[in-house]
Amino acid sequence: MLNYTFDWSIITSGKYFDWLVSGLITTLKLSTVSIILAFILGLIIAVMRMAHSKPVRWFAHAYLEFFRNTPLLVQIFFWYFGSYKILPTVINDWLVSTNFEFAAAAIALTIYTSAFIAEDIRSGVLSIPKEQMEAARSAGFSYLRAMQYIILPQAVRITIPPLVNQFLNLAKNSSLAMTIGVMEMTYQARQVESYTFKGFEAFTAATVVYLVLSIVITALVNTYNEKVLNLHKAT
Amino acid sequence: MEQLFNFSVITDNFTYFMIGRFPHGPLGGVGLTLYLAVVSCILSFFGGMILGLLSISRFPFVRYPALAFINLVRGMPLLMVIFWMYFLMPALFGKIAENNTVIMALTLFTSAYMSRIVVAGIEGIPKGQTEAAISTGLKSWQVMLYIVLPQGLRNMIPSFVNQFVSLIKDTSLAFIVGVSELTHVATQINNRTMAFPTEIFIFIAIIYFILCYAFTSLSRWLEQRLSWNKAI
Repeated sequence: MLNYTFDWSIITSGKYFDWLVSGLITTLKLSTVSIILAFILGLIIAVMRMAHSKPVRWFAHAYLEFFRNTPLLVQIFFWYFGSYKILPTVINDWLVSTNFEFAAAAIALTIYTSAFIAEDIRSGVLSIPKEQMEAARSAGFSYLRAMQYIILPQAVRITIPPLVNQFLNLAKNSSLAMTIGVMEMTYQARQVESYTFKGFEAFTAATVVYLVLSIVITALVNTYNEKVLNLHKAT
Repeated sequence: MEQLFNFSVITDNFTYFMIGRFPHGPLGGVGLTLYLAVVSCILSFFGGMILGLLSISRFPFVRYPALAFINLVRGMPLLMVIFWMYFLMPALFGKIAENNTVIMALTLFTSAYMSRIVVAGIEGIPKGQTEAAISTGLKSWQVMLYIVLPQGLRNMIPSFVNQFVSLIKDTSLAFIVGVSELTHVATQINNRTMAFPTEIFIFIAIIYFILCYAFTSLSRWLEQRLSWNKAI
């Protein structure tokens, strides 16, 4: 430590700066793709979790418990190394022809996060008074249409803060994608470290990026909570 | 039809998955996973308690550094914390065993999350308790130690168990610095046998699931039981 000379110039410009920036872009890309897919999947699972049919409800419950109680890293490894035996050949070929590391990481992150999002949406839906559903049903809406037009639009409004927090978690979790060779932020920081032996500078850069991301997102959520949700309560 | 899955790779290496080369060599597999999780959990219980109490201190010069530290750690991915420990610790203290590096990283990371649980538990105790305790002549640290914490801790228990579940899942990241816990053992066997990745990763996913689900259920049961007692 004492005879370590800091050299911040390597990460503020030049080749290594470009690496870190490309890492940040990959992290954001991976997180954005996954959060959108995870939201759609989570919505489906949440609706299934509250369905009338017992098998459907049971399936959704098993899905939630299984994917929430297994480490993300194991899920990433499963999709990366082991998925070829359970996926149809067509899908396999297509995945391998694209950027397979990225695809495997995106699938794992999507499924892992969807389980958490489904629970967030469910607690949002449960906070909507039951009379809303009853009124919609007696007005002639089917269960799914009542969900679509009456319940979910209101629930999503309450669910936005936890969803945004899930995006933040996802951005942090996406660092695990480095283990299968996705060149995201942490991977690039590690790469800069191994090329230059300037670990402190490289990890500081990555840490600052994650921190800025989390501070910005937390500030957005707080503003939303104060401005939008309180406004909603007052009226 | 050709057999799709071949689980003999699991039965052949079962002991290795469970305890590594334990009686003759270092502990590994599920045994090491649980060891890492339990030790980090105990340490981060105290870490979380200290950080939590510091972060609600009356003195700003104590409170703000604690809050800054908590938010710094919570803003980072665990992988980043492990890398910091892995590169920083040897520079500061010389060589440290990988197991201990991971335990320190997990403890640091989990303490920051535990501190929030501690604060929530303390804030959940009615103010009247503190006021009553002060008016009986207790000093403020005595109020915290004898009146607020014992009651608050009880409410925190389910959240602590949930945190332990997260810890079990998080120990899988120890793989990255070469600690031979369950995930590392799985990748080792996968590299050696080459042909059965699906079977191996399904198997360890199920092992993790059984471990985590048991504790998740315990936490739910405790939550119900403790709240039922409170209502009486």
